[in-house]
Amino acid sequence: MLSEQEKKEIAEELEHLPRKTAGGLEALRVVQKYRSWISDEAVSDISEYLGMSETQIDGLASFYNLIYRKPVGRHVILFCDSISCWIKNADNLQEQLGKHLGIKPGETTSDDRFTLIPVACLGACDKAPVMMIDDDLHVNLTEEKIKEILEQYK
Amino acid sequence: MVNIYIDGIKYQAEEGKNLLDYCLSVGLDIPYFCFHPAMGSVGACRLCAVKMYKDENDTRGKIIMSCVQPVQDGMIISIEDPEVKHFRAQVIESLMNNHPHDCPICDEGGECHLQDMTVMTGHVYRRNRFKKRTYRNQYLGPFINHEMNRCIQCYRCTRFYREYAGGYDLDVFGIHSRVFFGRHQDGMLENEFSGNLVEVCPTGVFTDKTLKKHYTRKWDLSTAPSICEHCSLGCNTIPGERYGKLRRIRNRYNYDVNGYFLCDRGRFGYEYVNRETRIKKIKARFGAELQDTTEDEILDKITNAFEKGKTLGIGSARASVEANYALNKLVGAENFYAGISGKDHQILRNYLDILRNYPVNVPSMKETEEADYVLVLGEDITHSAPRLALSLRQTLMKKAMDEAARVSIPRWLDHAVREFYQDGKAPMTTITPYNTKLDDVASKSLRLNPHDTVKFGFLLANRINNDAPAVKDYPGEWDEWLDQLAKALINAKKPLIVSGWGNGLEEMLKAAANITQALNGEERKAGLFYALPEANSMGLGLLEGNDLSGIMETGDAPENLIILENDLYRHFDKVQADKFFNQFKNILLIDHTETNTTDHASFVLPSGVTAESSGTFINTEGRAQRFYKAYIPEAPVMDSWRWLGRIENHLKKTGGQWNSLDECLAELVKGYTVFKPLTELAPPSGFRINGEKVARAPHRYTGRTSMHAHKNVHEQKPPQDEDAPMSFTMEGYNGTPPSSLVSHYWKPGWNSVQALNKYQQEVGGPMHDGDPGKRVIEPTDNPKQQYFKVPVFETKTEAGELYLTPVPHIFGSGEMSSLSAAIREATPEPYVLIHPNVAGQNDLNEDDVAIVRANGKEWKLKVKTDDKMADDVAGITTGFRQSYIVELPLKGNIEKQEKK
Amino acid sequence: MEKPLTGHIKDDGSQLELKGYEKEGGYRAVKKVIGKIDPENVTATVKDSNLKGRGGAGFGTGMKWGFVPMGEDAITPKYLVANADEMEPGTFKDRLLMEENPHLLIEGMILSAYAIQASIGFIFIRGAYVKSVDRLEKAIHEAREKGYLGKNILKSGFDLDLYIHISVGRYMCGEETALLNALEGRRATPRFKPPYPQASGLFGNPTIVNNVETLCCVPYIMEHGAEAFKNLSYTDEGGTKLYGVSGNVKNPGTWELPLGTTMREVIEEHAGGMMNGYTFRGALPGGASTDFLVNDHMDVKLDFSTVMNVGSRLGTGTLVVLDDKTCPVGFVANLMRFFGRESCGWCTPCRDGIPFVQKTLEAMEAGKGKEGDMDVLESHVEFMGPGNTFCAFAPGAMEPLQSAMKYFGKDFKQHITDKKCAWKGNGK
Repeated sequence: MLSEQEKKEIAEELEHLPRKTAGGLEALRVVQKYRSWISDEAVSDISEYLGMSETQIDGLASFYNLIYRKPVGRHVILFCDSISCWIKNADNLQEQLGKHLGIKPGETTSDDRFTLIPVACLGACDKAPVMMIDDDLHVNLTEEKIKEILEQYK
Repeated sequence: MVNIYIDGIKYQAEEGKNLLDYCLSVGLDIPYFCFHPAMGSVGACRLCAVKMYKDENDTRGKIIMSCVQPVQDGMIISIEDPEVKHFRAQVIESLMNNHPHDCPICDEGGECHLQDMTVMTGHVYRRNRFKKRTYRNQYLGPFINHEMNRCIQCYRCTRFYREYAGGYDLDVFGIHSRVFFGRHQDGMLENEFSGNLVEVCPTGVFTDKTLKKHYTRKWDLSTAPSICEHCSLGCNTIPGERYGKLRRIRNRYNYDVNGYFLCDRGRFGYEYVNRETRIKKIKARFGAELQDTTEDEILDKITNAFEKGKTLGIGSARASVEANYALNKLVGAENFYAGISGKDHQILRNYLDILRNYPVNVPSMKETEEADYVLVLGEDITHSAPRLALSLRQTLMKKAMDEAARVSIPRWLDHAVREFYQDGKAPMTTITPYNTKLDDVASKSLRLNPHDTVKFGFLLANRINNDAPAVKDYPGEWDEWLDQLAKALINAKKPLIVSGWGNGLEEMLKAAANITQALNGEERKAGLFYALPEANSMGLGLLEGNDLSGIMETGDAPENLIILENDLYRHFDKVQADKFFNQFKNILLIDHTETNTTDHASFVLPSGVTAESSGTFINTEGRAQRFYKAYIPEAPVMDSWRWLGRIENHLKKTGGQWNSLDECLAELVKGYTVFKPLTELAPPSGFRINGEKVARAPHRYTGRTSMHAHKNVHEQKPPQDEDAPMSFTMEGYNGTPPSSLVSHYWKPGWNSVQALNKYQQEVGGPMHDGDPGKRVIEPTDNPKQQYFKVPVFETKTEAGELYLTPVPHIFGSGEMSSLSAAIREATPEPYVLIHPNVAGQNDLNEDDVAIVRANGKEWKLKVKTDDKMADDVAGITTGFRQSYIVELPLKGNIEKQEKK
Repeated sequence: MEKPLTGHIKDDGSQLELKGYEKEGGYRAVKKVIGKIDPENVTATVKDSNLKGRGGAGFGTGMKWGFVPMGEDAITPKYLVANADEMEPGTFKDRLLMEENPHLLIEGMILSAYAIQASIGFIFIRGAYVKSVDRLEKAIHEAREKGYLGKNILKSGFDLDLYIHISVGRYMCGEETALLNALEGRRATPRFKPPYPQASGLFGNPTIVNNVETLCCVPYIMEHGAEAFKNLSYTDEGGTKLYGVSGNVKNPGTWELPLGTTMREVIEEHAGGMMNGYTFRGALPGGASTDFLVNDHMDVKLDFSTVMNVGSRLGTGTLVVLDDKTCPVGFVANLMRFFGRESCGWCTPCRDGIPFVQKTLEAMEAGKGKEGDMDVLESHVEFMGPGNTFCAFAPGAMEPLQSAMKYFGKDFKQHITDKKCAWKGNGK
């Protein structure tokens, strides 16, 4: 079952859509905000609320990369691996970060603290390399700087 | 018509038509994947590329996709240009990057569109040295096997399943080179038309799971044109046999009837044919035992027994016209009984009266797709005549196409039409007691109990036209609905009223007829489509057998009884049927499958199933359609009409009875002029092309001379068919025969079902020489402008009393299909469907066992609930093997079974 | 020099709020236009200004609007969508506008919606632009309070509701019809054109999708006129442009400059030239899906038609610079990894062709290149040429590859013959 808060927020989004079934992405985003990822149960909940099939909702969820169909850690690191950051050595940095956390891209640390996800250009190329952790953008990364930044996220 | 130039040759084409469609229609080979004549174009696969040139001076041209290109005046096209040929080969190369090349172990091998297209484009050499992508496959239920690694992502599966057939549980997942076509989780596909995926999928992702159990390649099958025996719609099928076993059923294209698609009951309901419950021997009763005997012996015995006394014959709605006629002739018309319940008999009689004497237009299934307003009256069509539901669903697309024309979107540009029409609904209202599958496209769905539905129907007729009889006393809130619906129907150019046998009410048919009558006028011809229960209900009706219920009740029966392919327990109450049988001294049963009736027979003759017989069924719209044996069953199994002819010869010592179908038909037509078109359905058995019979087996059939070598090293003489101008082997004509004799689609370069394009006048249009089948009954020239009288309506139910209404089920209600393994797996337990309020009042929960009482009888059924259904109704699954429950509809009560 | 896009923006990165924006002349165009000038005339003015779409395709904005059915027979509601799904690798211009001057976008949307008589607007914004979303939400609220949005705007009888759609990812959403599918809650695969969104767009209704920067140009045009806007540029194409540079330059960043500023000026003056020890080899002029420009093109004026004449596209106008210490094969391999991952999976060449190219390039990078690999690359460039695929995604992906092979072909071949990447272990 969706929580009251989830329902309320989805309903707000639905207000400006001409049909309920157009709200699949808003619903996924809202539910993920509260549950951190989209479980099979969440797929069910959303499909029931919107009057769509689980297959339809999952077809959406599996298309979009910011919808997580596997559990993620408390903090999600979106590490830019696109061209401007790559020129600035982002590949190596990402590898170092992975080693530091003991995980590969797409994985979550055993303490559930971080999930590392490589992501397309974050639109801050003049400050490459960059990454986002949760809602925060971190720029001009170096190996040292990354370690310091990670400390801010418990 | 405009001129277009293709590789230097001038063609005349219709402007705005889809270019790929046009090229295929004139016989040009352009490879394609994602295009489908029934589903239009989406431009995904990029295989149908051709070159288009600006003008004569343009030597470079540009590559375009022919499937999304409208024909334009003067356009210059090349299919053969080297650059575009190379492009098409590269599309195949791209698909082969991940395709597993597992053809030898793939069920699609030999009839694979991907194989054909690969060869057609000339791609041969693999440059890609990298790993292929792999997937985990899913369990999709008993019908469909899933092998995702083979997928070429043409999106046809989801386009058919989701968009064309309205299934919500199969779709595309993921993105980029890892898209996946399947379900959210493993589980049985929910849509009733899932089997079409087998033919829609251009390669081996979705294959026939029932075929897998006794797999045979397409080239090793003996096939014949046949008709589906599992409901009254008369879908055209192609059964395929090898080694005496029926291997599979495929769709046989008939523009007017089923087009490209079958329902899953029709496709997978065949497995009963190979079961041990088949009657394969001649049997005679010795005491309590039925024992095997020979033909000569049994004919003598039958003669001895039936010489004396009067003989009553009971025909069958699932036996051919010829078989019923043969029985009718043997026992005499006065002793010939239709073998259906009194209620069904009454419905059939009324229906025929309507067809003959009222000005009704009965559309073909294809024509129902063109309706611009549909009223489904009291019937769950998806379960009582499944294929029709798929056609009715297409009224949505018809409407969408009309709307999209406002912004100049071509009708065939499928996704653009859908994106324009969005979630717009079909011009359709459904009135049923419980939720039905068509409700998702219907503009409005009303939930009424069946008796109120009848009343509503009569009211609606009156609302449309004052001449129709009026009804007093009805709920005030109906007025608005009646006005809306009357308006919608009046505004329609091609309104259509649909109902069927499933609701079990004679008055429902009358109500539907009155609405149709009320709508008929100068400017408008309303359609009535009423689905009868069985494959040959109509044929049986036209033979005008007597009503069996009359003598069932009086017990006034003669000594001898012949039953043709009928289990009376499906039509009559058990006590009544038992009593009836006990009156007879001699009972001869001709049937192919053991039923409860078999136990009463003193003589049993094994008949062929449809795939083993030749004959004619007349579908519910009055279309007579021929079917031929796909194979000769092992003796003594043979056509029922042939058995009856031999009995007559023996019994009456006339010796003049028929030896072939043509002879039988000649006799039939003499007695019944209505059946005259039956002789014109297909060429006579003496018909030859270039001196040859038409080959049932394809030219690549293997092992013809050695397939029986384990029994006998000498090559056996192939069996002969006296009933059809067809051989049982690959010897014979293998070109394009008359469409009534087409039993497989196979053309050079086209080994898959897509070869069908070459058998049609134009792609997606009628067959090359018109479609097989002929209407035997057309609306009369001298109609009686009249209405059925308003019936006396049921009084309101008493407290706690419910209308018990029959619930047909695609998997379970079919007599023969329900014996088939895959169908059995898909069949629910018999259940009673009630509103949660009713469940609550009776302390019942989902899956509890409830006792339903009516008419002094009781049934134990599992409880299912539907919160959108009428709350004065209990729906009860009908026709299920475990409990036929023939009496419905009734009024009755429900209560909880107390736990012991 | 006049800077209609960024002139009001403060240096500290803070948001220009309604009061500040109005003080700088904000919403003057709205007051001048809404209810006072015929919508058709607004479109005509924008057409005259020669404003070209800043999202990358460079299609005439006024012309695009001109295809929207007007009058009473037109299907309503019509929609206006701001494409704020900035995800083109190397592109970082719309973020600046939305974060620091959100009212400019809103004003541009009001004017544009008025021109086509759209009553509902959406800002389709990528999920990663958290700050932009916050600031836009606040600005929309302010504008609504002040009567610039909502029913009967400035008592003109014109209504416009504006909503934000926060996207849940995928580069593909930047394609206008895929974006519409995403807005409708579908998978963001592109739609076939025609019908164009102007005829059958969002929810099947007439729709215009414009890039953020494009919309931000409209207030200036409507306030100062088409001629004034045209005069802002160095060429016939009107206006200023947000140019940007990333890569190993001294001073990467974004600048609003007259349209048609040369690549030399952008890189050498504004971006401060190459970092010490790095030599310029080439640049993608406008994001990942444009062809390389090289040294010979330094004096090319960066506008849509001039760049096209030298075999590339202006695209988003944000340059990604390739230097001598960066492997061009690795550079393109990175782009292909991106394109391979973001391909929507709808049409064959893109879905199955790009991964083949990607794997081939990666093999070359890993010293596992083989004879014939150059053929594979070349044939795929042709295979995924314009018109051959369902949308412009794959042809765009092929642009950097084909031009890299043209200008740096030697480096590609050397990977194969030497069985190694010469840049590996050399700081890269």
